[in-house]
Amino acid sequence: MSKTIRCDIVSAHEEIYSGDAVMIFATGVVGELGISPRHAPLITQLKPGPVRVQQPDGEEVFFFVGGGILEVQPHIVTVLADTAVRADDLDEAAAVRAKEEAERELQDRTGEMEVAEAQAKLAEAIAQLQALEQLRKRLKR
Amino acid sequence: MAGGKEITTKIRSIENTRKVTSALEMVSASKIRKSQALMNATRPYARMMRRVMGHMSKANPEYRHPFTIEREEIKKVGYIIVSTDRGLCGGLNTNLFKLVLNDIGLWQGKGAQISLVTLGKKALAFFKNLKVEIAAHASGLGEKPQIEDLIGSIKVMLDAYREGTLDRLYIVYNDFINTMTQKPTMERLLPLPATDDEEIRDIWDYIYEPDAESLLDTVLVRYIESLVYQSVLENLASEHAARMIAMKNATDNAGELIDDLTLIFNKARQAAITQEISEIVGGAAAV
Repeated sequence: MSKTIRCDIVSAHEEIYSGDAVMIFATGVVGELGISPRHAPLITQLKPGPVRVQQPDGEEVFFFVGGGILEVQPHIVTVLADTAVRADDLDEAAAVRAKEEAERELQDRTGEMEVAEAQAKLAEAIAQLQALEQLRKRLKR
Repeated sequence: MAGGKEITTKIRSIENTRKVTSALEMVSASKIRKSQALMNATRPYARMMRRVMGHMSKANPEYRHPFTIEREEIKKVGYIIVSTDRGLCGGLNTNLFKLVLNDIGLWQGKGAQISLVTLGKKALAFFKNLKVEIAAHASGLGEKPQIEDLIGSIKVMLDAYREGTLDRLYIVYNDFINTMTQKPTMERLLPLPATDDEEIRDIWDYIYEPDAESLLDTVLVRYIESLVYQSVLENLASEHAARMIAMKNATDNAGELIDDLTLIFNKARQAAITQEISEIVGGAAAV
């Protein structure tokens, strides 16, 4: 019977911790959790807070997570940490911003793309004028 | 010396262009390495996510999430198009847009409407001239895209799917295979491709905190976000690789042009010298 449980903590940006643990502490939305080996399968959302991992050599490591998901299988614990600060109204605001961004870009006739287009046309017109000028000079001669 | 001056000016201007393109090439080469490192750093998250999802699908589900249910009638199809902000990267964006246009054509033929989310300025500039809805847009993600910048655009599509106004969601991006090859890729995000339901399950279930519904929702949303984020990073690495190749070709072409022009210049100079000598000889003979 193993006395340790495998623990993987990852965020979208990096792998934070991977190794064996004797005990893992975290803050779930319902309350504090302490997970030892052969815990019953459990899945919970995490509150922003510390995750504490007791290693087999007796040392403890701390990580701060800004929320996320914790999954427990009898021999494995997975923490999917959020990197972004998440809340329903924050997400809503972000969605509204993304929509507005699209609308603004579509409305905006003087947007960057139009400027680039206009510049290209201007360069073409200048080139044509120069060509005409040279032709005229040659005809005079 | 006919045209000698003009040719030297031209050679010098091409030399300047070559300096610029070779500098851009080197910049892109160093950026590839960085974006590849970013890409690799996000892989564990996606792997763990899939592991948790696999466990969850084996648990006893008393509830099926709308994201996993296939709809019979497809009235509206959504695409998240990942493109670059800047140009000078060869046919990278064009090839991607061609793929999307083909697919859009197929769905429109079946009478479905189209809704787009554009990530990156090039996609917006291209698709805004088409008569399709652009639901959301994000650009200026930079060299180190953050998942925060993508949440909003993704949520627009997920909400539309929940409300039933969207029946399919695809993501299109350039898959980074290696520095020489980038492959335009289209993947289905919603409904999530089904896992094999046939296998016999042990009878067990999770302790859900707070409850199965909201947890499943959170996990699925995070999963989709991580897929989109991964695609953005793949596309970023592809962008740098494509730009490096494009700039390398430009540098090589500039070198060839300079060689050709130098040859023409030398010939013109030699012709002028020959002419002068024959004039002097001719003049001396006349005296």
